[in-house]
Amino acid sequence: MCVAIPGRVTEINGTKATVDFSGNTVEAEAGLVKIKLGDRVLVHAGCIIQTMSDEEADEMEELFREIEDIQL
Amino acid sequence: MNITMAHGSGGASTSELIESVFAKHFKNDVLDRMEDSAVVQGSERIAVTTDSFVVTPYFFNGGDIGRLSVCGTVNDLLMSGAVPQYITCGCILEEGMDMDDLDKIIGSMAETAKEAGVMVITGDTKVVEKRGEFGGIMINTTGVGFMPVGVSLSPAGCKDGDVIIVSGYLGDHHAAILSDRMNIKNNIKSDNAPLSEMVSALIENKIELHAMRDVTRGGLGTVLSEFAKASNVEIDIYQDKLPVNPEVRDFCKMLGLDPVYMGNEGKMMCVVSKKDSEKALELIRNSKYGENAQIIGEVKAADNNNVILHTAIGGERIIGPLYGEGLPRIC
Amino acid sequence: MDRLQEIKDKIKNYDGEPLNFMEVCGTHTAAISENGIVNMLSPKIHLISGPGCPVCVTVTAVIDKLTELSLEDNTTVLTFGDLIRVKGSQMSLADARAKGGSVEMLYSPMDAIKLALKNKDRNYVFAAIGFETTTPVYSMVLEEAIKNDVKNLKLLTSLKTMPEVIRWVCKNTKNVDGFLAPGHVSAVTGSGLFEELSEETGLPFVVAGFEGAQLLTAVYALVGMKGHSGMKNLYKSVVTYEGNLEAQKAALKYFEPCDASWRGMGMIPGSGMRLRKEYEAYDAGSYGLDEDHMPKGCSCAKVLTGEISPDECPLFGKACTPEDAHGACMVSTEGSCYNYYISGRKRH
Repeated sequence: MCVAIPGRVTEINGTKATVDFSGNTVEAEAGLVKIKLGDRVLVHAGCIIQTMSDEEADEMEELFREIEDIQL
Repeated sequence: MNITMAHGSGGASTSELIESVFAKHFKNDVLDRMEDSAVVQGSERIAVTTDSFVVTPYFFNGGDIGRLSVCGTVNDLLMSGAVPQYITCGCILEEGMDMDDLDKIIGSMAETAKEAGVMVITGDTKVVEKRGEFGGIMINTTGVGFMPVGVSLSPAGCKDGDVIIVSGYLGDHHAAILSDRMNIKNNIKSDNAPLSEMVSALIENKIELHAMRDVTRGGLGTVLSEFAKASNVEIDIYQDKLPVNPEVRDFCKMLGLDPVYMGNEGKMMCVVSKKDSEKALELIRNSKYGENAQIIGEVKAADNNNVILHTAIGGERIIGPLYGEGLPRIC
Repeated sequence: MDRLQEIKDKIKNYDGEPLNFMEVCGTHTAAISENGIVNMLSPKIHLISGPGCPVCVTVTAVIDKLTELSLEDNTTVLTFGDLIRVKGSQMSLADARAKGGSVEMLYSPMDAIKLALKNKDRNYVFAAIGFETTTPVYSMVLEEAIKNDVKNLKLLTSLKTMPEVIRWVCKNTKNVDGFLAPGHVSAVTGSGLFEELSEETGLPFVVAGFEGAQLLTAVYALVGMKGHSGMKNLYKSVVTYEGNLEAQKAALKYFEPCDASWRGMGMIPGSGMRLRKEYEAYDAGSYGLDEDHMPKGCSCAKVLTGEISPDECPLFGKACTPEDAHGACMVSTEGSCYNYYISGRKRH
């Protein structure tokens, strides 16, 4: 229900942050999370709702590790 | 200086406006005669098309309404296989519009017409009272092109085994316009461009072209659906082959939009015979505005009229025409 | 990569008892159709689109109120894109705009503050719809409005929460064998909420992201967990067990739980959020907007609860198409009917 995509914090200005999505930038509200420059964050409707772990490369590995115990 | 109602009165102010803006930029033998009608050379078969342009804001990243109004009409002529020759310019201006803006727009129109190889042969200007959300200027252009002997293209021309080529990145124009409205900053530029060079390269090199369409509002999905239906075939396209600029891709994700349904103003899709497909791709890639062209799929003999998108993960999805306005979704 | 292929093979060749899994999130519904997931599944695995698209579950009384406001003098209704096309009992916001109503589309509710500050003489109403993910955003809007002493911006709220409607679905249908929990709601609420729901309902819940591989893995996990309770979080890059506590706190600062009316489903106790009494100055008249004027034959409720698939509704594809949508599920691009219609997604 909630369109949200990961972006990167490029500027912080009080409770506002500039977030970059492959060249698209928005001024996002940053009052709901603690952020620092360079953080990967999830933005929904102009508001940062979560910071994200920064291990893109391992995301698939991690995903499969989560289901190791499941065998069909 | 601004446009006033007097500029549309038909009197001295109108003449002055025409002289100082339109005649200045469009200058050519036919227009300069300033007669009631333009009288020009014809050919045995001509293609005629008309289109109206409204866009807010009228200057956008990568273009403006003037350039757009030439590209849209010229590209429509090209898609029928015609060689564009003449274009008309009908402007409805809003009272209060900035005169310098108008000058820039008409200048851009003239420049684009030159690039596309068409002559602006007649025009008209009216002024309407300011009414809020009009946006300053609306332009209508009618284009005339000459049909080469033996050329005939139709959406019904797709045949089994034909190859589908898209001439470049999808959705740039739509994204450029929407960025401004949605307050998202980026470097996405409108792709508004005349495709004359690309199309004439295909025709001059006798590529076996079966169908061609500029991918404008409604996007690739809408064009493909129409082609599949008109030709009574199945069309298969591949998600990982679709050319989309990464910036536009993320822009779409932010707003829940699909590049397959995003509008362009300088992209075309053509259906060519398999034997000519590699050559056609090379010709498009080597012509102006075609460097990111891709083969995206093929035509199959099947009367289901489906357009099937083979997704990157290995699934299949049926692509219909765009419904509604393609509004951004947030939630 | 081999593991992904193995997952694909397993869920394609599954030959056990028929299973129905519900995705309770419109963006999951849209992602499932965008990735063409359905035909990668065995005919014995069905995905059902649940009541998780805020546009789809908004009752007609709310739309009616918004259209009325948009037609008022000196008032502009601000909204997310796809709410514009949803019909109320008489008309949609698009229809109202055609009649001279003032409606503007925004990417972020935060932009409403800028508009209100810029045009102080104009009244703005934000159509505040959404679930747990969006409610904290409205709290930020209010925070900013109060800080800047903005007097000309109000919210018309129709805010919903997940737990009660999931309970409602479980009570009203025996069809569901597990849930794909909403990824971005979980980012705020935490996965713990779905662990509780799992224990309560005895069904498995999997929190998942929106990429093709994440969706396939989630389905695989649900198949493996069938028949008993359990919660798995496959979206750990974003979702923690507790969720975003700041966001939860912000939501509760300005809003409080209330009963809420759902399109086609009626009143569900404790399934919504409304502005707290002390902030009612920011309310544009949201109380009591419960009436739900359903077009005759419209089976939104049955579709939203997964009792029938969209194409089993008598109006589907005939009287109700994306061009002339009757139910909200056909209007929103996240709506289950819309997605069935455009992508030919069929129950096997």
